Amino acid sequence: MSATDSARQTAQRTDTADEAEALRLDDEQRLAEAQEDRRRGGARPDWSPLPRRAGLKANASPLFSLRTTIPARWRWTLAVLSFAIPLLIWVTLNALGVVNPTFLPTPAAVLDAGLKMIESGELFSDLWATTQRVLLGFGLAVLVSIPLGIVMGTFNAGLALFEPVIAMLRYLPASAFIPLLMIWLGLGEPSKVAVLFLGTVFFNTLMTADAVRGVPNSLIDVSYTLGARRGEVLRKVIIPHALPGMIDATRVNAAAAWNFVVVAELINATSGLGLRIMRAQRFTQTDRIFALLIVIGLLGLVIDIALRQLRTRVGKWAA
Amino acid sequence: MTLQLKAIAKDYTVRGKTTRALDGIDLEVTRGDFVCVVGASGSGKSTLLSLIAGLIEPSEGLITLDGDAVTGPGPDRGLVFQHGALYPWRTVESNVAFGLELLSLDKAERTRRIDWYLEETGLAGLRKSLPRQLSGGQKQRVAIARALTCEPDVLLLDEPFGALDVQTKEDMQVLIRRIWADTGTTVLMVTHDVEEAVFLGRRVVVLASDPGRVAADIVVGLPGERDLAVKRSPEFLALRASIEDLVREQHRGHLGRS
Repeated sequence: MSATDSARQTAQRTDTADEAEALRLDDEQRLAEAQEDRRRGGARPDWSPLPRRAGLKANASPLFSLRTTIPARWRWTLAVLSFAIPLLIWVTLNALGVVNPTFLPTPAAVLDAGLKMIESGELFSDLWATTQRVLLGFGLAVLVSIPLGIVMGTFNAGLALFEPVIAMLRYLPASAFIPLLMIWLGLGEPSKVAVLFLGTVFFNTLMTADAVRGVPNSLIDVSYTLGARRGEVLRKVIIPHALPGMIDATRVNAAAAWNFVVVAELINATSGLGLRIMRAQRFTQTDRIFALLIVIGLLGLVIDIALRQLRTRVGKWAA
Repeated sequence: MTLQLKAIAKDYTVRGKTTRALDGIDLEVTRGDFVCVVGASGSGKSTLLSLIAGLIEPSEGLITLDGDAVTGPGPDRGLVFQHGALYPWRTVESNVAFGLELLSLDKAERTRRIDWYLEETGLAGLRKSLPRQLSGGQKQRVAIARALTCEPDVLLLDEPFGALDVQTKEDMQVLIRRIWADTGTTVLMVTHDVEEAVFLGRRVVVLASDPGRVAADIVVGLPGERDLAVKRSPEFLALRASIEDLVREQHRGHLGRS
């Protein structure tokens, strides 16, 4: 047996760890060589040039550019159009006489029905009855959800305790609770307020918790280094930072509150816009239904604008 | 005032795997000192500051300030983050006032102090501005002023100028030197910029990576009074080069082992 043979045998006997080490060294050498090649320059393979794409054309119109501000005049024109076009379709359908006016009353008839309800005073008393329910039910929901959301957004224990159950509860449709709530609370006001409450409290809690969780840790940490105690951090840092988000949550859920109140009133009520719609249906007064729907829509718009104004004012710093 | 770190180690556990970020750190900072800590990324520089600030706890060892163990964050150790961490809803002056609002100071006294710090940091004209209206350098001035109003025993700076452009950075370096001289505060600053560390520090501590350890503790033998011209002096350049070599060496060692 020659010396080289014995050397080869010894090499074969090396254990796996050594082999792995050798492989690793090989890899490293290969990497180092590749790096050296790159450093020398010109090491890129002689591949064919990439196909060229044309660059973006200078945009003709801001209307079709992504995220480009449009002139104020256009914004207003488009906002008006978004109302004018459906109205135009409505008028045209009536004028062409293709739809039975019992199903689709003319705008004039709807206006007339609305004015009549205003004259008799029933519109305002119903509006007030409905508004009261919203204020009470949604007000309670806000009162519960904001502290709960703050707890969930601030303490991991609070999050662990409440999040799973609330995540499930919010999927239960509040309207499905109406029969149960009627059994429990009777036909009066409490059951309607409870529907509203159940319909909004869970969403508002989770959205508040999200807003609170959005407060950067660095702000909390820096406050401690400035001498703030935990309660002060909550009051002076977490809540102010989360406030715009909380108002956003309230804005979104206020819309849901208006949905639920009408649903609750449709089923059983002695007053309210939902009841009025129900009554109108009984006598096929579609013009009244239309008028009531428009009133609800306009009211929603007013609330939305008001809350958005508040949000803009409070959240000026974030803009 | 003496800040002491004795045999500090910090482990992080991520998905069941424990890694040691810092190991066996001994460090002492005395009153009025200006210490810069340099090291490549992964050397645990920021972890070190968080430990001293009391935002996290060491796995081993003890941190003391004037003999008292550090157990949590407090206004005796002011911290300035890389991106300022300003309160976005508060104006410049209101940001600076935060620490003083927590104390029972009468209004005149509070205003007097805030005015001084705003003047010192060159923010007097911006007192009513919101953070989003400020440039990066201005934000850092606010963060520094806010920390200083609490008169911390030691001011901890976590790469405060890391995100600034070169010109702004130099302005801020001159500013922090002046503040240090005017207030007599003690500064412990973390940076990855060796030039900055040599220009600012009376001492430069070099951290080795993975785990972070003190590789060198160098006294900067430059005059106490420094202006930007010193950056071109042979002494400065030589010191800078030798520390850069040290950092590079530690960084290479780190790559070689991984």
